[in-house]
Amino acid sequence: MSTGVLLPRVRCDAIGESGFDVETVRRDFPILLESVHGRPLVYLDNAATSQKPDAVIDAIADYYRRDNANIHRGVHLLSQRATGKYEQARRLVQKFLNARRTSEVVFVRGATEAINLVAQTYGRAHVGCGDEVLITAMEHHSNIVPWQMLCQEKGAVLRVAPINDAGELLVGELEKLLSPRTRIVSITHLSNALGSIVPVREVVSLAHARKIPVLVDGAQAAPHLPVDVQALDCDFYVFSGHKVYGPTGIGVLYGKAELLESMPPWQGGGDMISSVTFEKTRYNKVPYKFEAGTPDIAGVIGLGAAIAYVNRIGLNAIAEHEDRLLKYATGRIGSIGGVRLIGTAAKKAGVLSFAMDHIHPHDLGSILDHEGIAVRTGHHCAQPVMDRFKIPATVRASFALYNTAREIDALAEGIEKAKRFLG
Amino acid sequence: MADLREMYQEAILEHAKSPRNFRALGADSRKAEGFNPLCGDRCTVYLKLNGDVIEDVSFQGAGCAISRASASMMTQTLKGKSSREAENLFERFHRTLTGQDALRDKPELGKLEVFAGVSEFPARVKCATLPWHTFQAALHGHDEPVTTE
Repeated sequence: MSTGVLLPRVRCDAIGESGFDVETVRRDFPILLESVHGRPLVYLDNAATSQKPDAVIDAIADYYRRDNANIHRGVHLLSQRATGKYEQARRLVQKFLNARRTSEVVFVRGATEAINLVAQTYGRAHVGCGDEVLITAMEHHSNIVPWQMLCQEKGAVLRVAPINDAGELLVGELEKLLSPRTRIVSITHLSNALGSIVPVREVVSLAHARKIPVLVDGAQAAPHLPVDVQALDCDFYVFSGHKVYGPTGIGVLYGKAELLESMPPWQGGGDMISSVTFEKTRYNKVPYKFEAGTPDIAGVIGLGAAIAYVNRIGLNAIAEHEDRLLKYATGRIGSIGGVRLIGTAAKKAGVLSFAMDHIHPHDLGSILDHEGIAVRTGHHCAQPVMDRFKIPATVRASFALYNTAREIDALAEGIEKAKRFLG
Repeated sequence: MADLREMYQEAILEHAKSPRNFRALGADSRKAEGFNPLCGDRCTVYLKLNGDVIEDVSFQGAGCAISRASASMMTQTLKGKSSREAENLFERFHRTLTGQDALRDKPELGKLEVFAGVSEFPARVKCATLPWHTFQAALHGHDEPVTTE
């Protein structure tokens, strides 16, 4: 049975109005020249991690070749150069999110670490016995487990706002779950397993009317949707560098300045202090209060290069290209006999998840791999979502700015081949 | 390059489609649950011993072709064996799939030799061994679900 909306098979490799040309973009990503099992690589696992353009790879190599030194310490030239590049990346992130100040941008290892940081500092200070933390039914494990750990420690309760069969958040139900005991709401901006875009602004308004802060998990959204934290008015926004064409191991916690300033520090060490005696330590100002130890300097510089790259292409042009791809894929894959699309929200981006009659995702994944096609199979670190749809796993194709309609045709042909092979 | 047919042998595809002993056993049997958290495969293995001899063994669950076929052929092979023979067979099976035994060493796997090709696909070895780990848990009466991770 196919539940996919059949859409006209519009090819989307043409140059769009914005001047976006996918073939030009592809030349920026050296890995796209690789072959897999003797076939050209078709990389459709971008929700797991995206590939890196030369600009990012070169920025990291250049830093190590020419500028490597520790930051915020040395009077020598290399340290000043490294510090300059590190802080320049912070300004790029500030503009990328439209944060008011650079001090609202904290560098962490990734979205997961950012959520843990907020749970362990803001959460520990504000969530007590009998209090509640509210999440949604389509969160990634990274936005479930840190809150579960906090609730266990404090005797608090984790509440979960439900979704409908299309994978859309039931905002009315979420509102009913906002109680006088709710201390924080933590929601995804874009579901990694379903591709649903969550109406974050609406949720923030409902929560703020009750003076409840909101954390937004932007791990999936940051590469696909323009993000404006002032327009969203969220209190925290987190994302990972590696999903937005940057390196692994680096990510961002945005927090409103007054919140970050009021929060206790997380890890102790160098850079997060202004003075230390054995009797007392004075903590550094934000964001440095939350950046203990020598950070991933190369990672931050690589992330800065990734954001500069995305800015050059333009996130609106990227979103437009990916939207055409997703619509084409929804029609093409959704019309294959035996395919059931999982996640059919009216507003989606970047992700096409599906199950197949009589073919387990793992078998399909192996067969597609032999065609050179990389997709993710499994529960996508969102087991409660799989339980909600009563399936053990899905196959997920997820798109980036360098993907083409030709690659979606290859995926469709791979699925047909798997049906013949296993059927 | 390993060919897909090396993994998806005809016998494997046939067992995946029509698994043998795909049923629960009565309340007088032992059972254990196995779970592969990476791909969501689940299987329950039921076991009835007569003294030290495996009188009946069956399975249920949802999984990929490799795990279903492996469970199906495992139950066929184990019936009538002693627990010691079963453990030895699992050890040989495991060594073959993890590439520790070259095939030329004739691991004496009988019909289970069709799984030797899975060793060329490291991401799939756990699919084939999950039913065996679960069987072992049932044999030893472990209550905790087995996971492949």
